Formats: sequence, C-alpha cells, structure tokens
Amino acid sequence: MHPAMQALVVILIGVGGCVGYFYASNLFLDKVLFPARGPSAGRNINRANAIRPWLFLFPALLLLGMYLAYPVFATAWLSFMDTRKDGAFIGFGNYSAMFAEPKFVESLTNNLVWLIVVPAASTAFGLLAAQLTDRIKWGNIAKSLIFMPMAISFVGASVIFKLIYDTRDASVAQIGLLNALWMKFDGGAWSTVFLRGLPALLVGGLLLSALYAGYLVLRPVLAGRREAPLFVAARILGALVAAFLAYELGTWLAGIFTNELPYGTPQVWLQMPFWNNFFLMAVLIWIQTGFAMVILSAALRGVPEDTIEAAIIDGANPFQIFFKIKVPQIMGTIVVVWTTITITVLKVFDIVLAMTNGQWETQVLANYMYDKLFRSLDWGMGSASAMIIMLLVTPILIWNVWNVRKEMR
Amino acid sequence: MDNIAGKKPALIWAVQLSAAALVLLWVIPTLGLLVSSFRTGDQIVGSGWWQALTTQEQQLSPIRVEGEEAAKDGAFVIEGKLFDTATVLSRWGTSSKEPTAFAAGETAPLDGGATLTVQADGSYVLTSPVTTAGARLPRIFASASTPPDFTVDNYTNVISSPLAGQSIGQAFLNTMTVAIPATIIPILVAAFAAYALAWMDFPGRALLVAFVVGLLVVPLQLALIPLLQFHNWIGIGKGYLGIWMAHTGFGLPLAIYLLRNYMVGLPRDIIENAKVDGATDFQIFTKIILPLSFPALASFAIFQFLWTWNDLLVALVFLGTGNDQQVLTGNLVNLMGSRGGDWEILSASAFVSIAVPLLVFFSMQRFLVRGLLAGSVK
Repeated sequence: MHPAMQALVVILIGVGGCVGYFYASNLFLDKVLFPARGPSAGRNINRANAIRPWLFLFPALLLLGMYLAYPVFATAWLSFMDTRKDGAFIGFGNYSAMFAEPKFVESLTNNLVWLIVVPAASTAFGLLAAQLTDRIKWGNIAKSLIFMPMAISFVGASVIFKLIYDTRDASVAQIGLLNALWMKFDGGAWSTVFLRGLPALLVGGLLLSALYAGYLVLRPVLAGRREAPLFVAARILGALVAAFLAYELGTWLAGIFTNELPYGTPQVWLQMPFWNNFFLMAVLIWIQTGFAMVILSAALRGVPEDTIEAAIIDGANPFQIFFKIKVPQIMGTIVVVWTTITITVLKVFDIVLAMTNGQWETQVLANYMYDKLFRSLDWGMGSASAMIIMLLVTPILIWNVWNVRKEMR
Repeated sequence: MDNIAGKKPALIWAVQLSAAALVLLWVIPTLGLLVSSFRTGDQIVGSGWWQALTTQEQQLSPIRVEGEEAAKDGAFVIEGKLFDTATVLSRWGTSSKEPTAFAAGETAPLDGGATLTVQADGSYVLTSPVTTAGARLPRIFASASTPPDFTVDNYTNVISSPLAGQSIGQAFLNTMTVAIPATIIPILVAAFAAYALAWMDFPGRALLVAFVVGLLVVPLQLALIPLLQFHNWIGIGKGYLGIWMAHTGFGLPLAIYLLRNYMVGLPRDIIENAKVDGATDFQIFTKIILPLSFPALASFAIFQFLWTWNDLLVALVFLGTGNDQQVLTGNLVNLMGSRGGDWEILSASAFVSIAVPLLVFFSMQRFLVRGLLAGSVK
C-alpha cells in the first residue's frame, strides 16, 4: 500500500478507533456493567462515575506510560549494561568510561556554555524586542517577523546560517554575509570602533552585571543576616559562579584590546575552536528569541498601570521604570521562559549535526549520544549519556512539578 | 500612560530605529536564502545575494574554442558563441597572462597566421589558413558583465530529481505522511484525558496532573532505545506506524497540559447545568467541551504539526534511513553533506522544506500565540 494511502487509513482508524473506544466503553459501563436501573441503581451510578475518569484517561495513560515513563527507567537500566558483551551488568562502568573520553568532556563543557549563553541571550533579546515592539505602530508586523524563525526547522535554520558563514578564497567575491562584512574591515579607525570598541562595551557591561549579580546574591550573607545553612551555601556558590564568569569576561576584555585580528583574510567561522560554538548558538538564539518575545510582551502588558503611573509621578526615568518597576513584576514569567529555553538547549541536536556534526570541538551531549547510539552502536554508553541529559533536566522537572502541586492545592 | 516616558520625539525615533534594526537583523538570514534560491548557480557564486539586483562584472572561467570547421573563401573558419545569456563581454584575451588584452570586436592574431575575433555578445570567429582539425584550439579568457538573472529552475530541479537519495518532492510527500496522522491522532486521546483531569473528580487527580507536567520536560533522547526495542519486539520495526505512535506519545504531555489548562477555565455553570439536565459526561464532552475548546485544540494542532514537520531526530531513529522513507529534514542534512557548496540546490531545497511551516505560521499565528501563552504563563 502506498504510504499516503496508509496514512489516510491510519487517520481513519486512529480517529475512528478513539471515538469508538470512548463511545463503546461508556456505553458498556452505563448499560451493561453498572446499569442505572433495578434495585441498586443509585449505587451503580456512583460506581460508574468512579470508573468513568479512568475510561477517559486510559488511552492517554497507556501511551504516556509506554512512550515516556517506561523509557526513563529502561534507559537508566541500560546505562548500567555493557551492551557489547551480551548485556552484562557493569554498574557505573559506562559512566566512568564516558567521563574518561575527551569528546564527552568536551560536549559537557560545550553544553554548559550553551546553557548559560542561549537562554540568557534569547531572553534578553526577547525582552528588548517586546519592549520595543509594544511602543510602535507597526509593532504587530515587527513581532510576527521576529517570531517567524519559530516555524523554521533547526535543519532549515542551519542551512540559512551556513550561507551566512560561507567562506571563499580571498581572490573571489565572498558570498557569506559575515565574511563579506569582515573583509570590509582593514584595521583603520572604523575597525577599532566596531571590532574593539563595541565588543569591549558589551563585554564590560556583562562583566559589571556579573559582579553586581554576585554582590546582590551575597549581600545578605555580608550583612550578617541569619539564614539556613543551605541558603548560605547556595548564596556563596552563586557568588562564586558569578565571580568565575566575571573573571572569564575580564580575560575576554583584555583579549579584545590585545588580539591581533587577521584583517583581509576570509575566516572559516565554523572551524574556529571555541568561538564556533557561539556561531552555532546564534542559530538557536535566532529561533528562540521570538518565543521569549511573545510571552514577555504579554507579561509586560499585564503589568498594572498604576505602578507605572506612580513611578512616573515620583520622577522615574524610562530605564528605571523598565528595570525597577516592570522587570521585577514579570520575574516569574522570565523564569518560565528561561527554563523552557534551557530544556530546548539541552535537547539541541539538529543544529550541531547539520552544521559541524560535532567536529572542531563543537560536540554537544545530544549529538554525542546520537553518535554513540547509531554510529558506534554502543547502547550502554548512549543510554548513560542520555541519563546525563535527564540528570540536567531533573531540577527543572522537580521545580515544575512542585509549582503545579502548589497550585492544585 | 505606558508611553508618557516615550513622548519625547528623540526617544520615539530611537525606539523606531532600534526596532527596525532588530527586525532587519532577524529577517536578513531568511531573506538571503530566499533570494539565493531564485538565482542561477553562476550568479550565486559570482556575488553575494545582497547584490542580486546589480550587474556583475566578473572574469568568466576560460572557454576553449570548439565547433564544426567550415571552408570559407579559401580559409578554415570556426564560428561559435561563448554564452547564451544576456551577458555582455567587455575585454578578452587568449592567454591567462593577459586576459584583458583585447576589447570586444577586436581581432587577435594567433600562431600560424590564424585570427580570432570575439564580439560583445559572445560570438566568435576563428579563421585559419590551414585546417585546425586535430590541433589544440585556443582558449578565450573573457571579462563580462552579467545582468541580474533570476530563475525558478532550482525549484523544478530539486523537486523532481533525486540528488541525495531521493527528490525533495518525494521527501515532501513522506513528511506529509508522517506529520498529518501524527498531528490528528493525539488530539482526541489528549482531549478526553484533559477533560477527565479538568472536570471529573477522582482520587489521584492532582498526582496525575503532576505526572503529566513532569513528563512535559523528559528529553525524548531517553525514549529512543527502549522504544526501538519495544517496536522491534511487537513487530512494527522501523516505519510509518512506529513514527506515528512515537510522535503521538511524545506530543501527549503538551496536548493534555494545554487542553486541561484551557478546559479548567471554561465556565462551570454550563457544565453543571448540563449535568442537572441529565447529560452524561460523554455527552458533555462531545457536545459542550469539545466545540468550546476549539481554540486550544487548534493551537495544539499547530504546535504538533510544526514539531512533527520540522523534526529530525525522531524521523532518523524510527523511520529508518531507507531512501523511500526519508523526510525533508533528513534529506536536507544529506544534501548539506554531499552538495554542501551547491547553494542553488541547498537553498531551493531548504525553502521547499520551510514553506509549509511558514504558511501555517503566518495564517494561524493567532492560535499559536494563544497556545504559547496558555502553556507557559499562568
């Protein structure tokens, strides 16, 4: 049978089967199992109503259990197996083998950089776009255009950006936008402004905000406020992370002023170790910004007007209104956006596969796992790396579940 | 009131300009690919897509004189044309050392008393006193200006001819075959479950909602191997049936979550009135809840369709890598590997693959936004 015909038949069977199942099972419950007549009619109705939710839920629960819940445990189990030796149980053998592999350590560190950069940049751009487009007449058109990449597949986006990153020999015309721009710089005054001045401002700003964030986190401890030891430890850890980021940014800042830039030579962007990660991240940021913008824009519009009016009357300037009145009030939404993008980042696979396939030090966990599973056919180690992804997602999972439980009460 | 701070003209202009810059930055990448997909291969290589509308001045690759020799006035003559396009030749030469030695229309003396004339339209005449049969004919180095040249050949080419395993047209059909059932089937399953979780009282309901929310973030990477084993065990193996089921399973948490959030917000009165009037839960669901939930159903359908259409991983794992079952994304990855430099092929193929999602996006953006907001802001 032709697949398209098969698809049609499956749609009919699927939809018909669903309707049939729900209809028939309800009928069976009401008419045969616990009929609402006879001496025990009242009790039967109650019984039927106690069972009915499970009739409604059964197909969904079966699929959820089979396709999502069971695999978590099966994968955890497989990750303790040596699948190349008839599935012998080897405990944490796969994990230790994996951590000894440079490619895995590389993907883990790359993933951590992705985890910091992509959600932060997407949220920041989203916030900026939301704030800008809410104030202009053609805001809706602007929104739809920024939102559009959301509909484009990761692979499609990779093709789009590969054209931007394209490199040709210096003797012929550059057809990649980035290299065409790069070839315009010759080391003159404009090059200093754009390639040293602007990045220095950006990195300097990030450096200051990292320091400030660290200070904010640590302030209660410095002030000697009494808190649970766990909180104090978390605060110190947070401050350490901020300090580390600030140190890294400081070295970048120094680098921006001292680096010799290879003017006039077309660059192979995707093969520059470390920086190529950022060129891959740009693709995901480009896609995710629209999502952040849509949600944050709705949240910004939900900020009560009177708080803003009060701030204006008190003489706040636009920046103060934005950062001190609006942002704190939409903090909850920012967290939601941030975590949603974080999950997407952890699963990122298509972009890396399509653009570099993990070469030139751009490997990430999801692609590493795919490599292990379907190229090395090492299911034990593949499962172990999948478990690492699961482990990284778990805090978000717990946080979400906790929030929902709180809400349901 | 929101814009009191923005009433200053300078600030308004700053906002307008920054918004325009941001939009431009976000549109340019796609625009580049779109423009490229309509240019000929030579044009794409010759200049950046942002120069697509300007005439290109470029050095053509050398072309060797060829053609039937004819005897004319006691000499042997070969006539031909360098190119068939609207290109205009400006300078030409016969050696790589001096590629611009002659202007169009000039005659160049060659070894052995032969002469070569090249016109601006690319036609050339080689005249030789002795026969040139068997001899190495000269090469013509030409600088020419090529006017903009747009074509739809790229599209007809990729849609019909198999370049990487199979044609994009076939992959398009395969993707449809995957995406449509995988979008429709989860909706009903999820809708019933969502109704139960929203409006029916039973012990463990809160726990089940938490369970669904938890599954919402489980990375599907974990599901690959156990499910492959499961599919092999029940005898489906790799194929459409397997991928439909997988997509259904993976889409369910979001479907249930979105639909439940929406259904909880429906007015309680309607449902209670219907109950008082003696409607069963099944009737309430099919006659009241389902029609009222249309916006939520639509937004989930769009999400699921975009997701299944754009997916690569699930297709690679569950559909098999046989050529006849390749989807668009898989085909595109293959093309990037094997035809990485042929931008006329890549750009057209990529655009075929993103055309449908873009169409869905622009026509149903309203539902998409609504679904996003229901899914993440509470």
